[in-house]
Amino acid sequence: MTIASGTVREAAIAAPPPASAATSPARPRKRRQLTRNRWGYAYVAPFFLVFAAFSLYPFMYTAWVSLHETSLSNINGGTWVGLENYRNLLQSEFFWNATRNTFTIGILATVPQLCMALGLAHLLNYKLRGRTFFRTVMLMPYATSIAAATLVFSQLFGRDYGLINTMLEAVGLQAIDWEAGTVSSQVAIAVIVTWRWTGYNALIYLAAMQSIPGELYEAAEIDGASKWKQFLHVTIPSLRPTILFTIVVSTIGAVQLFGEPLLFAGNGTTSGGASGQYQTLGLLMYQQGWSNFHIGQAATTAWAMFMIILVIVGVNAVIGRLRNRADR
Amino acid sequence: MFHSTKSRAAWGAALAAVLLTAGCGGSDDASADAADYDPDAPVTLTVGTFGTMDLDNAGLYDEYMELHPNVTIKQNNVAQSAAYYKSLQTRLAANSGLDDVQALEIGFIADVVRNHADAFVDFAAEENADELEGNFYDWKWGQASTADGETIALGTDIGPQAMCYRKDLFEQAGLPTDRAEVAELWPTWEAYLEVAEQYMASPTKPADSAFVDSPASIFSSSVYQGDLAYNDEEGNPIPAESDGVQQAWDYASQAADEGLTANLSQFGDEWNAAFSNGAFATIACPAWMLGYINSQMGETGAGLWDIAPLPGADESASNWGGSFLAVPEDGPNAEAAKDLVEWLTAPEQQVKMFTRAAHFPSSPQAAEDPEVVGATNEYFNGAPTGEIFGESAANIQRTPIGPYDTQIQEAFTTALTDVAAGGAEIDEGWDNALKAAQQATGG
Repeated sequence: MTIASGTVREAAIAAPPPASAATSPARPRKRRQLTRNRWGYAYVAPFFLVFAAFSLYPFMYTAWVSLHETSLSNINGGTWVGLENYRNLLQSEFFWNATRNTFTIGILATVPQLCMALGLAHLLNYKLRGRTFFRTVMLMPYATSIAAATLVFSQLFGRDYGLINTMLEAVGLQAIDWEAGTVSSQVAIAVIVTWRWTGYNALIYLAAMQSIPGELYEAAEIDGASKWKQFLHVTIPSLRPTILFTIVVSTIGAVQLFGEPLLFAGNGTTSGGASGQYQTLGLLMYQQGWSNFHIGQAATTAWAMFMIILVIVGVNAVIGRLRNRADR
Repeated sequence: MFHSTKSRAAWGAALAAVLLTAGCGGSDDASADAADYDPDAPVTLTVGTFGTMDLDNAGLYDEYMELHPNVTIKQNNVAQSAAYYKSLQTRLAANSGLDDVQALEIGFIADVVRNHADAFVDFAAEENADELEGNFYDWKWGQASTADGETIALGTDIGPQAMCYRKDLFEQAGLPTDRAEVAELWPTWEAYLEVAEQYMASPTKPADSAFVDSPASIFSSSVYQGDLAYNDEEGNPIPAESDGVQQAWDYASQAADEGLTANLSQFGDEWNAAFSNGAFATIACPAWMLGYINSQMGETGAGLWDIAPLPGADESASNWGGSFLAVPEDGPNAEAAKDLVEWLTAPEQQVKMFTRAAHFPSSPQAAEDPEVVGATNEYFNGAPTGEIFGESAANIQRTPIGPYDTQIQEAFTTALTDVAAGGAEIDEGWDNALKAAQQATGG
């Protein structure tokens, strides 16, 4: 009976109002609907045209270039080498060095960044005097250009006249040649990235925290959970999708890291330090294409970076889905 | 109501299409026909330059426009030569957007000579080619010439090298300070390194000062004193076999390993700051470095520096840098641009470039001009710069250049930095340099 009444109601909704049915037969009406849809396509067309011109086409073109041995000034010529560039890339120690650096800098930058962002967001979620002020201040590093931030930081990390070494020496410690060491240079670059992105991630976390219903906290409090326990067992689980999102976005950013290591060298060289100790994949691609002018190789590295990002995002998605399934 | 929405959507789509196509519109290439060339017709010439070439600051454009009232000159300057060259390459690839005159740096001229000679006017095919060729040092003319004798650009300046030294620091370390005496201190690079050891061992020199700014100073100047630098006679990179590279590596890696250098990366922030802080007592000085030192140290540095010949200069001098002017062949104003380039690079104008903006001439006639020979530099204790650099320029050998000289040099100087920082042993550094050079050249 309920089913029947349901279908009746649907039928009533679906049926054309008698007046319009009388004036126009079914076919023209359908055509008008299509016309209306066609204008919908026109509305979205600009986006897809721009997308095709500036994303899809370069994307396919890069793939095509990566199958050639060619130089920057002869980008449409060159010789077809098939997958030769990919084989060279996988055999190149410069590629593996850059991959390793990208991952270590990525971890050094992403993990502390997201932990700090979570903590900051938690603090800002309390009722504070001047809360808006703090929230604005947090976003300021994000609004600073990479170039400006890196130039300032590379001066701070300077070997002979840098402020950080001056302070180290003032408290009796040994000055560090930040740029020359592998660990020290990677830490320095990670600091720049962390400084720039922590506030941004904190604001994302904060927005998500504010949508957690207050009853959950009340219930936890009644159960006798401390603030810390509430953070661990209410806040973090509720934020899980947001955390996953920030991890994915930060990881993509980390794989593409380029401006910081380029400018950290201070004199425009693209080798990423004397022994390539902070050369990232992005910088390697730039070196191949725009310092050495082997644009085919650079395109290959670009595709390799894209593949790495796909794998990482895929792994993240799988982990997220497994967690969800386990929770159910 | 419906109608107006519809038309607005149509407009939106049309607008998007227009915007998209507008970006792709090309300019039609009107190739100038020499027969049609009227030297008095009004014309606007664009000159693409990089860094501080000073053609404008020395007033040469103004002079030319006064001589030729029908000509208007516009300069498009890009601050960094590397960025300039990247955009020039993409424009060459597209054969569009080129200026009427394009400046070329020595680091890039070999690539253009080898791969894009057809895109530029051949000065060796001009009626006055012999006269033009006679205006330049033979090696300078040769750098812009292809194997089949096309010459695609004319030289502006060169960078003959000397060694700049800090008088005050030398005095504190108990070394002689007089120009002639210092010249006798280092007839060879071996002697130079001995002086360096002496300086570093001196108890009276400032504690945090080193003898030379960087191993790159030694490497980049001595590498051109061999028979070959980075390339064989055909211009193919052979860094592992070249006598110049081997010798330069021996000197520079010894200095790096023994801590005789301040191990600064040239043109980096710390290097710039180190000038004023007296962090090093000597630096290899191409003619253009004088202006750089002056701008880094300002008035406080006046009289602190002096100039002596480069070690080993008796046998062979060395050149670092220099530029050329080329005329793209398909340009609509190629004939007028050719006249401009010939005038700008003529000996008389090169003399002006030296006296007004301290760019050393690439023309022996200009270098032997009394105004150049007699030039002194007050900032450098009145050093006879015209004489010092003139002698150096006359002794420069022609070493073949190649398309990857800049990258190979960078491979070696970064490896030297690594050796000096203790990151690699000398042999390991050599291997690393060769690997990096291989990556740059080999593809």
